[in-house]
Amino acid sequence: MEQTIPEVIRTVPLEYYIYFATALFAIGVTGVLTRRNAIIIFMCVELMLNAVNVLLTAFSAYRSDPNGQIFVFFIMAVAAAEVSVGLGIIVMIYRNFQNTDVNLLNRLKW
Amino acid sequence: MASSSLFFFLSFVALFAALGVVLAKNPVHSVLFLILTFFSLSGHYLILNAQFLAAVNIIVYAGAIMVLFLFVIMFLNLNADTEPHKPLLAKVAAAVAGGSLLLVLVAALRDVQPGTTYNAAVFDSQIGMVSQLGMVLYTKYLLPFELASVLFLAAMVGAVMLGKRETGERNF
Repeated sequence: MEQTIPEVIRTVPLEYYIYFATALFAIGVTGVLTRRNAIIIFMCVELMLNAVNVLLTAFSAYRSDPNGQIFVFFIMAVAAAEVSVGLGIIVMIYRNFQNTDVNLLNRLKW
Repeated sequence: MASSSLFFFLSFVALFAALGVVLAKNPVHSVLFLILTFFSLSGHYLILNAQFLAAVNIIVYAGAIMVLFLFVIMFLNLNADTEPHKPLLAKVAAAVAGGSLLLVLVAALRDVQPGTTYNAAVFDSQIGMVSQLGMVLYTKYLLPFELASVLFLAAMVGAVMLGKRETGERNF
């Protein structure tokens, strides 16, 4: 039975995956905060989604439970739908302002 | 030990490419770095024996979503010259905020004990294969799976409606 366990699960502690996903998530948050181009902000959101995907997959593989991987599959499906609508909105913003700077949309505040 | 060095290599590539997404001046370079990130994450899924997710990640993310991003960037003709910039102070403050989030999360996770990482007696390494996941997906998660198709239909209609050019000056 020991032979069938993937080598990475035997040699790499689960904590390393948690730290890796945390770092990826923090980079995504930093990107959302530092950039002003709506498309780059959108890509950084994708980065955060993928950090969560890695975490779910790692826990699912370590605990040998398929439910986590099904959740990742659904996250990917929802992300695909979200991207199509989000890029549609960005194209519409560009048509009206000839720019994708999120600061142009500050009138939404009032 | 080859697998653990592969883990560190893939993690390094993923984090480096993620930093590239944030730091690249040209949006096209950001997209290419993001594709590199997705490929290294697929490598992670492969060494975790989650073959189905590795394939879906390549097909859906690197294949469909990133092509959509690249298409929109080229359609809007965005490049390094049109890139809007934040004031340096705001950038530094944002980087400090992101770094603080990382610090707080790592400090909180340091004391966490994930418990027994794997139970060799009941471990099933075939969990990530298409046949096993398909069995779960079409029995336990049948309703969410069907609802996802409704979501896709709604997203498709929404994207077409948003993309349609309307009469008048303002295209809202």
